[in-house]
Amino acid sequence: MGIGIRLENLRKVYDSPPPSAARGGGAFAVSPVRNGLKDRGRKKFEVVALDGVALEIRAGEIFGLLGPNGAGKSTTIGILTTRTRPTAGRAFIGELDVWREPVRAKLLIGVVPQRPNLDFALTAREILLFHGAYFRQGARERARRSDELLEKFKLTDRADQNVRGFSGGMMQRLSIARAMMHDPQVLFLDEPSAGLDPQTRLLLWDIVRDYNRLGKTVVITTHYMEEADELCDRLAIIDHGRIIAQGSPRELKSTIPGGYLIRLKFDRVPEDLLADFLQLPGVTEVRAAAEAGGIDVYAGCGGPLIGPIVSAAQARGAELHDVHIAEPSLETLFLHHTGRSLRD
Amino acid sequence: MNWRTFYAMLQRDGHVARRNLLPMLLQNLLQPLLLTFVFGRVLTSSGMMKGQYKSILLPGIMAISMMISGIQAVAMPLIAELQFTHEIEDRLLAPMATEWLAVEKIVAGMIQALVSGMVVIPAAWLTMGSGVRISFDHLTIFAAICLLVALLSASGGLALGSSIGQTQIGLMYTLVVAPMMMFGCAYYPWSALRFAPVLQYAVLINPLVYASEGLRGALMPEVPHIPGMAVVGALAAMDTALLVFGLRQFQRKTVG
Repeated sequence: MGIGIRLENLRKVYDSPPPSAARGGGAFAVSPVRNGLKDRGRKKFEVVALDGVALEIRAGEIFGLLGPNGAGKSTTIGILTTRTRPTAGRAFIGELDVWREPVRAKLLIGVVPQRPNLDFALTAREILLFHGAYFRQGARERARRSDELLEKFKLTDRADQNVRGFSGGMMQRLSIARAMMHDPQVLFLDEPSAGLDPQTRLLLWDIVRDYNRLGKTVVITTHYMEEADELCDRLAIIDHGRIIAQGSPRELKSTIPGGYLIRLKFDRVPEDLLADFLQLPGVTEVRAAAEAGGIDVYAGCGGPLIGPIVSAAQARGAELHDVHIAEPSLETLFLHHTGRSLRD
Repeated sequence: MNWRTFYAMLQRDGHVARRNLLPMLLQNLLQPLLLTFVFGRVLTSSGMMKGQYKSILLPGIMAISMMISGIQAVAMPLIAELQFTHEIEDRLLAPMATEWLAVEKIVAGMIQALVSGMVVIPAAWLTMGSGVRISFDHLTIFAAICLLVALLSASGGLALGSSIGQTQIGLMYTLVVAPMMMFGCAYYPWSALRFAPVLQYAVLINPLVYASEGLRGALMPEVPHIPGMAVVGALAAMDTALLVFGLRQFQRKTVG
């Protein structure tokens, strides 16, 4: 049932701006890990998008790649879907090495791109029919499946219209229908809920779960933690081209020291204040935050600690300006690993 | 090689081309036919040019039409799809090696160029009225040259379409297409440039010269023209060069 995916030590260095396939978010979003500008005064474009990514995605699971824009999610998907050639390392879909047998790999996968890339010269039905034909389906099978999918995605009444006039949500639905047309074993969705209203997002989740119930593997990239949390069986958190944590959402959240994160902001941070906080009951870790006057406290509880924190600060002559308590979440986990918010 | 996928893509292009047949023909043929009317009808009927000019002009107009439609058919959608709409992604993900998609684009472009060429013969003939004297006695060489010209235009379209940016389309017309048409020996035989030997040899880098001269040699052998074998050799060499370059550029643009 289903097939798994394996990434072995993937590295991708762009030496020119990447073509559309690996690009996320409209503009060139890969964040430069290293941007060499030397080489005898000659300007050289070099961006390390993936830096030794190893992953194992199990057959039949919904796997999420969570990370901020430019983390390397789309590049990972690009390599797995034959659209981006890795600089080093290997990617397997089932037992197939994607870059040795790309044509056979393409037969196994369906891809929903980040931005709709529907064939604007065709109607919705024709898009599905031609897609089926590219995947060698017979005429009768194509007609049957396209009818089913149009019905399922509530596009039947617009089926014979050109897709140019479709709304963003309709295009997204049609993109997913197209990716499912040839009944792929693995479905890739790159940032599927970007720009969708909450209602359509729930519909999308249902569709993904239904497809997964048929035993198919689903790989999804997202920068919404709720999506990763709700939808994914397991996930990997990726930042600056590296996997910084992976596991089920529950496992990952349990690795956050203490669980709660209390973000504090003072007018100034006297010496020893961090050490004082660490002495408070339930506190497991204290860190100076990136911004001036900021301190992040990881602890087993949230609210009850505020009183002792304020007292300790006053004793050192520091005034508390702002406080924010975050419950255990993937956001806190991401913060813990990177010191940055997912939305930064 | 997966011929079913290849054929399905060809069908897709055929489907889209049929749907846009009239605008496409107007776009590719109107300008050459207007030129045909001015040079081949107005100027000859008023006696400002000899009637024989009609027969010299027709193969040239055919060469121009084939070149323009092949280039347009391949380059224009490609520029948009690679840089803006990304419509091509779906076909890049189809179970077929990427370079075969480029080959498919070329075959589709060749068909469009051949259709344009075949439509322009009767259309230009009608526009110019009586007095056109062309012969179809050398059908084999005519067919061979038509195929080579079609391949030239389509692989030229691939090379341009996967090399230039969307903002450079206007520049492409001013810098590539316009000089190519004027110095392509379409409106005059190559021998007419004898007065300026440097220019006469310089224009030989222009592929349209071989298209015009080749078709002229096949359709009206009595007008002095570049020998058929030289034309075939030059066209084959240019086809190969553009094809190799175009495929490489296409591969570079589509795989990151």
